[in-house]
Amino acid sequence: MNKIIKKRVLAPTIKLFEAESPLIAKKVEPGQFVILRVHKKGERIPLTVADYDRERGTITLVFEEVGKTTVLLGQLKEGESILDLVGPLGKPTDFEGLKKVVALGGGLGTALVLPQVKEMYKRGIRVDVIIGARNAALVLFEEEIRPYCANLYITTDDGSRGHKGLVTDILKKLLDGGNEYDRAIAVGPLVMMKAVCELTKDYGLPVTVSMDPIMIDGTGMCGCCRLTLGGEIKFACVDGPEFDGHLVDFDEVIRRKEMYRKEEKMAMNSLPCSLKERYNACT
Amino acid sequence: MPVPKRKPNMARKKVPMPEQEPQVRIRNFAEVALGYTPAQAVEEARRCLQCKEPRCIQGCPVNVPIPDFIKLIEEERFVEAYKKIVETNNLPAICGRVCPQEIQCERYCLRGEKGEPVAIGRLERFAADYAASLSGSGGRKRIRRSFKPKGKVAVVGSGPAGLTCATDLAKAGYEVTIFEALHTPGGVLVYGIPEFRLPKSVVQREVDNVKKLGVDIQTNMVIGKVLSMDELFAQGYQAVFVGTGAGLPVFMRIPGENLNGVMSANEFLTRVNLMKGYRFPEYDTPVKVGRRVAVVGGGNVAMDAARCALRLGTEKVYIIYRRSEEEMPARREEVHHAKEEGIEFRFCTSPVRILGDDHGWVKGMECVEMELREPDASGRRRPVVKPGSEHVVNVETVIIAIGTTPNPLVARTTPGLALTEFGGIAADEATGQTSREGVFAGGDIVTGAATVILAMGAGKRAAKAIDEYITTKQWR
Repeated sequence: MNKIIKKRVLAPTIKLFEAESPLIAKKVEPGQFVILRVHKKGERIPLTVADYDRERGTITLVFEEVGKTTVLLGQLKEGESILDLVGPLGKPTDFEGLKKVVALGGGLGTALVLPQVKEMYKRGIRVDVIIGARNAALVLFEEEIRPYCANLYITTDDGSRGHKGLVTDILKKLLDGGNEYDRAIAVGPLVMMKAVCELTKDYGLPVTVSMDPIMIDGTGMCGCCRLTLGGEIKFACVDGPEFDGHLVDFDEVIRRKEMYRKEEKMAMNSLPCSLKERYNACT
Repeated sequence: MPVPKRKPNMARKKVPMPEQEPQVRIRNFAEVALGYTPAQAVEEARRCLQCKEPRCIQGCPVNVPIPDFIKLIEEERFVEAYKKIVETNNLPAICGRVCPQEIQCERYCLRGEKGEPVAIGRLERFAADYAASLSGSGGRKRIRRSFKPKGKVAVVGSGPAGLTCATDLAKAGYEVTIFEALHTPGGVLVYGIPEFRLPKSVVQREVDNVKKLGVDIQTNMVIGKVLSMDELFAQGYQAVFVGTGAGLPVFMRIPGENLNGVMSANEFLTRVNLMKGYRFPEYDTPVKVGRRVAVVGGGNVAMDAARCALRLGTEKVYIIYRRSEEEMPARREEVHHAKEEGIEFRFCTSPVRILGDDHGWVKGMECVEMELREPDASGRRRPVVKPGSEHVVNVETVIIAIGTTPNPLVARTTPGLALTEFGGIAADEATGQTSREGVFAGGDIVTGAATVILAMGAGKRAAKAIDEYITTKQWR
């Protein structure tokens, strides 16, 4: 169960697993996530499902090694298994009534845009995709996404690929150029999603964002993942993870994500030095 | 042979149970109450009058034959006493520790009319622990099934209701699978009740006993998400018991509730108990409390949270409760333990907002004092704000323990399941039958947050009804 049948290193710290999980693969829809645990004393972390193959009974997970759990996860090899894997959790993306969409993937968020774009293609929804990354080496899933979208734009922070700048630069250009969309879908770092929300607000374009807060159980039990949506408390795990971006209190989400920063560093430091060195965490 | 006349021990008070001293135990997570020695148990067992018409049994939701097992303890037949209990109670080591005996069996004890009732709970715990100490597993042998099962039943949730229902069905000859959403079975027994009240090794022991009956426990399975109710029936399960509990935290809906440092008791207790956050960084899940902590609420969960917070090394823990001590729903014993440990109770106090510093962390909680007026619908006196009583309690952490609501995951994804007005599953009290054929429910998902033993009672009644349903094929 939960056996890794394919492992790919997409960038030095970004890895892809295709893992056997027939039951999850059968049910998961774009936008949903799983929660996993790597070892017996490990924490539970949520990861969005990047792709799935119902016939093969596999799901694809893409993650960046940013903390102890993801570093340990990245150490697993093909043939090894993820200790605990539970899902699919959260609500699927709502594509109802959409005809033309612009999807924005920032960094690792592009992994989540992939199944959404595929699903929209299947439903005959026309999609323009904007992928943003720090540099050319970190542009993810370009080839996988290309066949399913109408137009694909790439931006990098350093200009090593595509437009030098932010995804919002391209979006603004598209909107100013008279492109009309029913909705924008943005998945990526919080600051990027916040920027997309601010821009789309000016243009009156509805936007859906995907939240990735700290979670424990992922079934609505702890309330750790709560956020304020238009003045109301919502749980990202059961009410989300996707929300109307114009109603999300981003500053609060960003602040709550920082809550355990010190402890996360401590956990990183508890890793063996051989591992830490690779992530410049050895002190 | 002449039977020697039995002389009961007429001491008015229970034989005291050894406990860790408050000043010692607030620095560790080890169990507070240490349990009777065999000599203490026999002495306490001698306090039982062996009534011809015992009233204590009526007070027990699972009808443990109380005088019988106590007599066996008195005769130093401890393992037999244990076997007598498990005829009707699957989880004696747990019940002996966490049941509110004072409002159940012990409340009806004749000895309670002049002095303290017999310490039934402590004796139950003693018998279970004694049997476990001999075999390491509670003395139950693995049942090898050579016969054809009577049928196939799915149980959703491995808390007290689910474990009990599964056990009774397995004993009755059914093939039972329990589906648990978390990575460890036990439900509230592992994520909610702290180690110092219910050691997780005790829960593990009881779960192992359930497995020995042939029950298959599948963890990481969120029914309603990975498999629907219809799919369970399609897989050949003839009946489904839903015991998914009241797991959703209620928040106060006051300003500042999403500040860093505010948690639901569920989150706090899950971090501490299930994820073993008190052993961070040996365990990866952190739990963070400030120098001073306020726990809002007056139930057992509030006591558990406050006492956990204390053990994490805080200087000061307050319990903020809006009515008086009299109205507090927590067990007296727990309140007593909390007070002994130095937790400060602020009665008739209600939070109005949580105050944050410049970085969005809690720095205090503004409260008002309450006056109690005439009783409300719940029978408790209604609190009314005392004008001009606003004040700030200086704390860095706020834990909200004002209640939980039923987990809607199964209900939302199961068409045809009637709900109660508070979002639980509507089920017949005597049988657990829901509005959908073949589906039974019991425990907190039906009643709202209640006790371990009430959930067990519901699981037991449902097991009986499921057996009847599958045998007769009659859905009434």
